[in-house]
Formats: sequence, C-alpha cells, structure tokens
Amino acid sequence: MTVALRQRAVDWGPPLAVFALGILAWQFLVVAFDVQEFLLPKPTEIAQTLWDERSSLWHAGIYTFKEALGGFALGSSMAILVALVFAAFRSLGTAFMPFAVAANAVPIIAFAPIMNNWFGLLNPFSKMAIAAVLCFFPVLITMLRGLTSVDPRAIELMRSYAAGQGSTFRRVRIPASLPHLFAGLKIASVLSMIGAIVGEYFGGPTTALGVTILNASAYTNFSLAWAGIVLASAFGILFYGAVALAERLTTSWDPSRRAFHAE
Amino acid sequence: MTDRLAVSIKGVSKHFKAGVTALSGIDLDVRPREFVSLIGPSGCGKSTLLRIIGDLINPSEGVVEVNGKPAPQARRDHDYGIVFQEAVLYDWRTVAKNIALPLELLRWSRERRTRCVNEMLRLVDLEGFEDHHPWQLSGGMQQRVAIARALSFDPALLLMDEPFGALDEMTRERLNMELLRIWEASGSTIVFVTHSIPEAVFLSTRVVVMSPRPGQIADIVEIDLPYPRTADTREEPRFFELVTGVRERLAGRGAQVEPELAEDVP
Repeated sequence: MTVALRQRAVDWGPPLAVFALGILAWQFLVVAFDVQEFLLPKPTEIAQTLWDERSSLWHAGIYTFKEALGGFALGSSMAILVALVFAAFRSLGTAFMPFAVAANAVPIIAFAPIMNNWFGLLNPFSKMAIAAVLCFFPVLITMLRGLTSVDPRAIELMRSYAAGQGSTFRRVRIPASLPHLFAGLKIASVLSMIGAIVGEYFGGPTTALGVTILNASAYTNFSLAWAGIVLASAFGILFYGAVALAERLTTSWDPSRRAFHAE
Repeated sequence: MTDRLAVSIKGVSKHFKAGVTALSGIDLDVRPREFVSLIGPSGCGKSTLLRIIGDLINPSEGVVEVNGKPAPQARRDHDYGIVFQEAVLYDWRTVAKNIALPLELLRWSRERRTRCVNEMLRLVDLEGFEDHHPWQLSGGMQQRVAIARALSFDPALLLMDEPFGALDEMTRERLNMELLRIWEASGSTIVFVTHSIPEAVFLSTRVVVMSPRPGQIADIVEIDLPYPRTADTREEPRFFELVTGVRERLAGRGAQVEPELAEDVP
C-alpha cells in the first residue's frame, strides 16, 4: 500500500510541480514587466475575481456544463447506435463511412450560428445540438473501428460454438470495442465543452458561461473573462477525468493499457 | 453405428480466388479416439484442411463428414472444439468465464457451468486461477485455458492448429504430455496441425505427411509407440526411427535427411 502511494506521488509529483512553477512564473512575469491587465491579468487577480463572483460564475458554469453534458449524451449515444448498425450491416457502413470521415474533417463549429437560428438563441437545445454534432463523428469512427477490428479468430471461435450474430456482438464485438469507444468518448468530452461555449459566443442567455466571458471582455472586465475561462477549463478537465475514470473501471482487463502503464 | 468415423474426408479440394490451389484431392478417414497429426511445410494447406473440417471455410470440391454428419451440421451440434496457435482468450473475461463461454451459448444452468469449469480447471492444472484475467497468465497458462475452453462442452472432436507453436520448447514438451493425459481422460478424437516432427511422432496414433503446391497427402505414417507415452518415450530408438521416417517422407520418399527440414525442430 505504501509502495502504491509512493508510486502515485512519483507519478503526480512532476506535473504538479510544473503547474505550480508555471503559475509562479506567470505571476512573476506580469509583475516584473508591468503587463497591462487587458493583455494578461495576474493569477492572484483572477483568483480574487473567481472568489468574489463565485455565485454567478458557478451558476453560469453549471448552466453551460449541462448543455455540454446533454450534447455529449445525445451525440455519443446516437454515434454508438449508428456504429452498431454499420457494423452489423457492412454494406451500409461501406456506403456511409467515407462521408462520416469527411464530415469529421469539417469545422462543425462553423454551424453554430445556424443551430442558434434553428432552435432559438435562448434555447439551451441549440448549444446541445452543436455539442452533439461535434461529439457524433469521433465516437462513431472509434466505435466502428473497435467493433470491426476484432481478432478474426475470436469470431471464428464464436462460429465454432454456433453462436449467432446477436450473441457474437454482445459477447465479443461490443466488449472488444470498449477501449476504442473510450478513446472517442474522451475526445467528445472535450469537444462538447468547446461546442457549448463557442455556441454561446454566437448568442445565448446572460446566465451562460460563454456569454459571461464574451460580455466581460467587451466591457474590459478582463479578470472576470479570465475567471470564466479558468472555470470552463476546470469543467472540461473534470469531465474528461470522469470519462477517463469510467474507462479505468470498465477496461482494466485491456492488455494494451497494462503495457502502457508498465512502461 | 459404433464404428462410425469421427472424420471422413472425400475428394476435398480448395481453390482460392487468386488462382491458388491450396488443397487437391484429399481423402482421409479418422476413427474415433484417434490422435491424427497433419504435418508439412508452410503452404501445404494443413491449416486450410483443419478449417474445412471445422466448417470455418467451405471446400471447393468434395465432402467432409464429422460423426457421420455434414460438417456444417456438426458445427451447429457443437461436435468439435478448436484451439489456435494463440490462445485467443477473451481479454475482458476471467479464466472461469472464458471456459464457460461455450457453455453459456449452450444455455447450461449456472450451477452446471460452475461444476464443469471447476472440473476443467483441475484437468488443465489451473485451480486457483479462475478469477484471473488473461493478461495475468503466462503464454503456456493461456494456452491451457484455451484447451479447457475447447474441451468444456465435451466435444467428440478436438481440432488444434499448431497449439504449442508459439511456446518455448520446455513448456511445449510439458503441454504435450498434459495433452496426452487429457486426451486419454476425455476419450475425444484429436486432429492436430504441427510443423514439428518430434511433436507429431510423440503425440499421434498416425501422422499425415502433406506436400505443397498443391496441398496433397504424401504419406501416412502409423506411430506404433505404446501409450502412455512419457519423457522416456523421446529417448527410445523406435521414436528416433519414426522421426527419421517422417522426415524422409517429408523430403520425398526414400530421400536423404535434408538439413533444412532437420532444422524445422524449434
């Protein structure tokens, strides 16, 4: 147990030290070179604003996170369903996948103003829709790869047990796809926060985090804008961490994870 | 019906799309409780023949019957178990659940599955490892799980495609003996693909020597060493005679021992 704790300290020590040094350097450089606040506020000022405005910022953060979460859930579940259909009916997959891959290369965020028009500026669903579309393609592509790149002999074994397609999916293809799926979900968790906030930059209720950041910088309240950015980052990192934790809990059996951690 | 053949192969050929003939005019009968090895150089179609017996691929011509039934029917009836060169365990399942997978598909009850899994773990000497995941086992242990999984539903026929080919020599010889013990205990028929001459001679009742381009049966060697075979069997003069005999037939009837083929022993 103590060995595990010590190992954890060894793993976490260096990044934490880099983080602390980075913040210190930031503070020092801003003071030393007398950087104007509109260019870059001091970390202590941002922290002060975060504390002073904690109530309104927190509510804005929760509002925007709910949009991101809703979009993530919607986009990812649709992507998982479509991936299952494409894997089950290969000809469908071959016909549609080139378009999915092409769509993944499109800057989908450019559609944000259109979504605002479709569903209404103040309707949170307009931001969920952007986040959902952003999440859809990476999850579809990774999940489909996971479902179809199973060891062919694992499928032959199921055939030798006279297992049907449904059983082969449930017992082999779906569990084997989980590590791939989580790679997609981790990308999607980050994209969903970006989608929600950038969607709000094109208009939304004043209770939203993106609108708070936009208005604060328009009214030269830069420390509030930066406080909003810090909060958005915190939500993004926590969301990513939650998905990574779910991955650890469900795919601890994955040998490729072991190999990576053993290094 | 008692002398029904375990495997009956009549006039089987296999052509692949690229115009390659993998197998040509194969006739082979395997009696119940036999241990038959298919041996030959790479490209002689021995793995293809095993896959045809197991109805994993269809022959271009000819008929395969397993236990008197067409191969597809035998597959649907769970008449055989398969072991590949790699264990191909399901990484997300524990050892016990890997062994139980075919039993779940047969809709056995939970108690019956547990009883069978425990029996299999004892058979392959892996008691205490039931809750381990595949990544926690050595290559030899993984292969024993694969054998237990193939035997769990008591199939009449075991098809093995170079099951010990990826293992070191010492593990391989130990698993050879374990396999013979399991074979004698379970009363199943085994068709075994290998490229190791001593392994084929040590295990088999008959060794089928195949030649490539196109894959054909060159000869069949009866192995008259008595069972049970032990580590001492490998020291007997008769063992060496049979190894030499198989090697000569691999090189072409009556030919001298070729060094390349002698090197084939890993």
